[in-house]
Amino acid sequence: MSGLDEVEAQGVVKDYGRQRALCGVSLRLAAGQSTVLLGDNGAGKSTLLGILATLVRPTRGRVLFGGHAAESLEPGALRAQIGLLSHEVRCYGDLSARENLRFFGRLYGLRAALEERVASLIERVGLAAAADRPVRTFSRGMLQRLALARTLLHRPRLLLLDEPYTGLDRDGVTLLSHLLDEERRRGALLLITSHDLDVVAPLCDQALLLRRGRIVASARFAPGTCTATELARLCTAEAES
Amino acid sequence: MEAFVRQVAVLLAKDVLVELRAGELIYATLLFSAIVVLLFSFAFLGGSPPTIEVTAGVLWVGLALAGMLGISRSFEREREADTLRALLLSPVSRAALYLAKMLGICLLMIAVCCVVLPALGLLFGLHIERIGLLLGLLALGILGFAAVAALFGASLGRARVRELLLPLLVYPLTVPVLLAGTRGTYAVLYGTEQSLLDAARWLRFLLVFDATALLCGLWLFEPMTAQE
Repeated sequence: MSGLDEVEAQGVVKDYGRQRALCGVSLRLAAGQSTVLLGDNGAGKSTLLGILATLVRPTRGRVLFGGHAAESLEPGALRAQIGLLSHEVRCYGDLSARENLRFFGRLYGLRAALEERVASLIERVGLAAAADRPVRTFSRGMLQRLALARTLLHRPRLLLLDEPYTGLDRDGVTLLSHLLDEERRRGALLLITSHDLDVVAPLCDQALLLRRGRIVASARFAPGTCTATELARLCTAEAES
Repeated sequence: MEAFVRQVAVLLAKDVLVELRAGELIYATLLFSAIVVLLFSFAFLGGSPPTIEVTAGVLWVGLALAGMLGISRSFEREREADTLRALLLSPVSRAALYLAKMLGICLLMIAVCCVVLPALGLLFGLHIERIGLLLGLLALGILGFAAVAALFGASLGRARVRELLLPLLVYPLTVPVLLAGTRGTYAVLYGTEQSLLDAARWLRFLLVFDATALLCGLWLFEPMTAQE
């Protein structure tokens, strides 16, 4: 599968039993653009990310990756282009940070440059001093940094980030914003959910507001022009209407 | 094919490394298997020595009970940090994931055998003449049990009461393995020409069961691990 340059959800519906989590969501993510997905708890953000990550099957509708339906693509090749950072760290507590990254790197088929990539990522996320300690001894912020390193390890084209700033200290927040900006410049497609408007606004090219499983408002911004006030206005304008 | 084998090896090596570091699974399982044999031996204290039917039964019951304890815990560990999802999100084939989990269970049950067989020798006076045939039965029985357990262990996902569901699903489906293993072991221990022919029949039965379970596992693992 060639480089992913567009992801499009078309009328995605997701039901959990009798509960409808998503009601016909359509969106388009483009290369080198960052989309911020806003919404209250339970709006369906994590479900949408799960569907885009191919982990959750939509009840109806479809997701096109580079113009192709997910079912028509080789699953391994597609998943190799996706990175998902979620609430859970998804690393093995009894292994060190380095061993975890080495393991996931091997799963993603990184071979020749694996050690180099692991070492540089550990350094980049600020875990060099703790790289060989068991992960179960890490603080919440360190775990989040490790999860970030695991997500970026295979240089995914589609980056799905569910509340990525959770647990990070001020330095961690700055670091993450830098890394995400780098990924965006590299041409990755970013979809970020966050309640922290101040932090995500500088990264935002497109904002979508999800409410009760529907996209009820959206806005586009020229690079670097989005502010937290505008994102807040997007949320409140819809509520007033 | 080479990439597939490498994926299985990477996944299996990770499971072994995690267990070597944590140690919780292997020690608990081995201790439990020794206790099972010991408890059964109490039933025959002071009475006549247990028959080979009983010995064969204790071997397979010990394997099934201790094996299930280890299997439940090994999958629970993958769920605690949600690492199972990370594996499902990675580009490894579901078949590689299934085979690696199955081989991990096999290794655990082989370790259980290393405790149960000497314990049976000590407490039940088990004397094995046809060790090759018995090891063949154990290998095929373990493979069949693991093929079923790996499928359900991973696919129960976030189901509530999954610790309860796993044995409820696995034990009934592995009744043929336990039956063939017990009858086959009895036939091997009995040691007559006719009983050895019976043992060979049970071996063939296990071979067919294993092939079927493995094929079903490889075929069903992907749809059964698809989330929601």
